[in-house]
Amino acid sequence: MRIPILKLHNYLLISIQIDLDDQTAIQFQEDLLNKIHGSGATGVVIDLTSVDIIDSFIAKVLGDVVTMSDLMGAKVVLTGIQPAVAMTLIDLGIHLQDVPTALDLEQGLIKLRQELEE
Amino acid sequence: MDFQSCVNIKKEWDIVGARQLGRDIAKKIGFGTVDQARIATAISELARNIYLYAGSGKVCFEAIDDMNHKGLSIIAIDEGPGIEELSQVMEDGFSTSGGLGAGLPGVKRLMDEFDIVSEQGKGTEIKVVKWLR
Repeated sequence: MRIPILKLHNYLLISIQIDLDDQTAIQFQEDLLNKIHGSGATGVVIDLTSVDIIDSFIAKVLGDVVTMSDLMGAKVVLTGIQPAVAMTLIDLGIHLQDVPTALDLEQGLIKLRQELEE
Repeated sequence: MDFQSCVNIKKEWDIVGARQLGRDIAKKIGFGTVDQARIATAISELARNIYLYAGSGKVCFEAIDDMNHKGLSIIAIDEGPGIEELSQVMEDGFSTSGGLGAGLPGVKRLMDEFDIVSEQGKGTEIKVVKWLR
């Protein structure tokens, strides 16, 4: 399964709406980096509103893709993390401290604009 | 004890299958969304450990329905190499697979009870329980 990546001006938008297995997560990581490279996007929003579980592996993949994108010059914001998911992540001991987040897609785009100073 | 069902863990996709079944059972027992997420996440970690370190095994679920106690018991069993240093794997940040090392200590925090028995060359059995409040 592939997660669709949409381009909007110089941003990429992703809404994850499936229960992520490891393979799909890794594939997504690669797809996103290729898409950043190909499109020259400067900002990325990954919306997690429909994701009801993030375990340590998925958290690592998401955290890594933020760092990797940053290396390539694109800022990533994670949006829409559910209350139950936030609580579970902290129980797991995962803080995702260096990862920019926002309440929803709209706030995420505002945050991106601030980060990119546009 | 209400019912018992098991998911065999052989391929990576079984991790998703196990946590989906576990979440369904948790929902039926009456757990709220936060505890459902905790239970599903714990199952994911346990099933991934089986897949990564033992190759195959199973995760079994049992609804507990005593007079004054309701809950979900989960057992993860494999016949893998066993865990050499149990105290080490229970430390936050310890990993041999390049992961976050959040797995087992995380599972312990997500659930109410946690028991692990591991014998080198024979396998590992982890039993966790979440009580309905």
